[in-house]
Amino acid sequence: MVGEGILKGLAETARNFFGSYVGKDRLTTIQYPEERLPQIEATRSFPFLVFDGQDAQQGLRCVACQICEKECPPKCILIKKSADKKPDAVGKPQFYPAIFDIDISVCMSCQICVEVCPFDAIKMDVDYNLSSDDRFGGLMLHKEQLAKSNQYYNEIHPTEATAVDTFFAEERAKAEAKVKAAAEAKAAAEAKAAADAKAAAEAEKAAPAAQEQPVGGETK
Amino acid sequence: MTPSLDQIFVVAKQTILGHVPAAAQPLASAVLSVIPILVIFPLLFAITTVLERKGLGRIQNRYGPNRTGPAGFFQPVADGIKSLTKEDIVPLSADQAVHFLAPVLLAAASFLGYAVLPIGRNMVIMNMNAGVLFFFAVGSVVELAVFMAGWSSRSKYSLLGAMRAIAQMISYEVPLVLASVVVIMQAGSLSTVAIVEKQAGYTGIFPHWFVFTPWGIVGFVLFMIAATAESNRSPFDLPEGESEIIAGYYIEYSGFKFALFFLGEYLGMFATSGMAITLFLGGWSAPFSFLQWIPSYVWFFAKLLALIAGFIWIRGTLPRLRMDQLMALAWEFILPTAILNMLVAGVWRFMPAGIVRWLVCAVILAVPCALLAQGLKKKKKFQVRTYQFAE
Amino acid sequence: MTVAFLILAVLTVAGTAAAMGLRNAVHCVLALTVGFAGVAAIYLQLDAQFVGLTQIMVYVGAVAILAVFAIMMTQRPTAEKPATYSSFWLTGSVIAAGVFAVLARAILTSGATTAAPAEPQISVQQIGDSLMHQYVLPLEIMGLLLTAALIGAVVIAMDHREESK
Repeated sequence: MVGEGILKGLAETARNFFGSYVGKDRLTTIQYPEERLPQIEATRSFPFLVFDGQDAQQGLRCVACQICEKECPPKCILIKKSADKKPDAVGKPQFYPAIFDIDISVCMSCQICVEVCPFDAIKMDVDYNLSSDDRFGGLMLHKEQLAKSNQYYNEIHPTEATAVDTFFAEERAKAEAKVKAAAEAKAAAEAKAAADAKAAAEAEKAAPAAQEQPVGGETK
Repeated sequence: MTPSLDQIFVVAKQTILGHVPAAAQPLASAVLSVIPILVIFPLLFAITTVLERKGLGRIQNRYGPNRTGPAGFFQPVADGIKSLTKEDIVPLSADQAVHFLAPVLLAAASFLGYAVLPIGRNMVIMNMNAGVLFFFAVGSVVELAVFMAGWSSRSKYSLLGAMRAIAQMISYEVPLVLASVVVIMQAGSLSTVAIVEKQAGYTGIFPHWFVFTPWGIVGFVLFMIAATAESNRSPFDLPEGESEIIAGYYIEYSGFKFALFFLGEYLGMFATSGMAITLFLGGWSAPFSFLQWIPSYVWFFAKLLALIAGFIWIRGTLPRLRMDQLMALAWEFILPTAILNMLVAGVWRFMPAGIVRWLVCAVILAVPCALLAQGLKKKKKFQVRTYQFAE
Repeated sequence: MTVAFLILAVLTVAGTAAAMGLRNAVHCVLALTVGFAGVAAIYLQLDAQFVGLTQIMVYVGAVAILAVFAIMMTQRPTAEKPATYSSFWLTGSVIAAGVFAVLARAILTSGATTAAPAEPQISVQQIGDSLMHQYVLPLEIMGLLLTAALIGAVVIAMDHREESK
């Protein structure tokens, strides 16, 4: 038929036009500031530091081992160790970073720092609204800006965070069990040592008395 | 009540004229007739730009403009402010006088066409005896303005665009006029008012519109195709295709002059649609006899909006035609069909009324048309593609 | 001698004078188009609707465009800006004044200025009737002439691809 292709095309566009009012699959626009596209869990933008508890300084998991600084390909991390120590996530006293800077204009989001961190201290954030009008320091994030709570980490990466939390819970349980066993052993050893000392003291007391007599007897 | 609603504007004009002294009455009458056109059609242009963008957006699975104003309907205000406050850059080697006059001539010629369109019962600015001829004469002035625009910018792209635009407009003017000749043959008059009056009767509830006859349908389709080409609208917008030749003949225009070109093009589209409504769709008459209580000007604008929606729909659907395809379509398909249409209109006039006339005319039109289309399609040789270096 | 006629007459004369006097050929053609439009308006003012509108459609819409195309195709692109008025304007004006004087005398002494009786309103239908009955032979000859011109143009512009194969 003459013009068949044109009529079929017109029917298709009419279907698109009316379908866009009825169904969502014929209108794929996201109205940006009001609606956002849902992100998958593995989304990553730039790194951040995790802290447990409420205090960002005390609960910071990072022990300034500087592995991420060495492994970072574009070298965007700067770490300065502190002079004193504080207890880390498991309870052991460790150094902590006095300065921890990441230059996110250099960072390429490769996630290598996350992969090599032995302390689960640095993880990938999902926030992309990071533009700044300060052209000199606006994209250099310091420790205070990088430290975000473990609760936040649980919100953005639920499965990962749960895995990390269970691991830490086990570690803590192990450490506590060790401490308890050590305390018990110490207490047992102390008790044993006390009992020994007591027996030795009594033997000592009896011994000089026993020793004086044989001295008189032996001088005949 | 309804006849008075229908004639409310005519009565209003007579009342105002009654208050004007007799010496100034012709001038006042002319001014009062012209001012509504100058107000309504640019307003319609503004609304059409936003409707077109939203319509095209929905066809393309996206929203159109929806931030400025409620649902984006203040977008033309924003566009207008942008156009008016942009710097008016004129190339140094451009022909200053002609460069300035081209958009003015285009807009003026586009406005002139509305003088013979009957917008409602007794609502036409000038009831000329040769109204249809006036309309086409004014339409040919537009080509001159296009040439002036293209040549005066002294730029290769604009000249090339102007040449193509003029070639296209001249080629499609012939089918445009021939498609309207059938109506003139049947109505027996060149006056637009007489043509509409002839279509304003009803048999039962059905109207006497010319589009409900075989030659009328074909004539209407041909007229609309030619009108799309005359206004340089997609799919015939090669002279101004943004991805082809940037903007063609108005590439060197910025700011208000560009807005005038845009205005002139859309006004031309409205005027040609108005002429199509007058010639084929019965002008201001209602589609069914029981709907006559709705005022006549409402019907005219309803039909105009329907045709504009059709233009937008076609724009969103069809890809752009290449220059040679465009010209081939005009001279090899549309022109023969228009001439055949005239023959069929003659047959229609001399046969007695009835279903036989309808069938005979439909067959005389349909069969050669289909054969012509088949023959033209066979002429294209589709070669098997061979890749010289990729084997 | 109405105001409308005066305005139109001034417009026509100015347009055609400029067509003679301007330097740039395309400007001349555009000024000549203004002259054509003025003549068409005078026809319309004399109530000859068909002639006036056909004058616009044919002269302004087709002949002027043809002329500009021809000039544009055959002109070298001028780098320098030429002077606006031709250097022969004095001679041209004198010759034009002479022709005008001859024509004016011929018209004024011919008796066409006496008040003519009310002319019949020529409608388009009457023009069509006379074309088909009285003037059908000139009409057909014009048609043949135009067809010959069209075929000649097509032959000249045709791509002679078959011979080169």
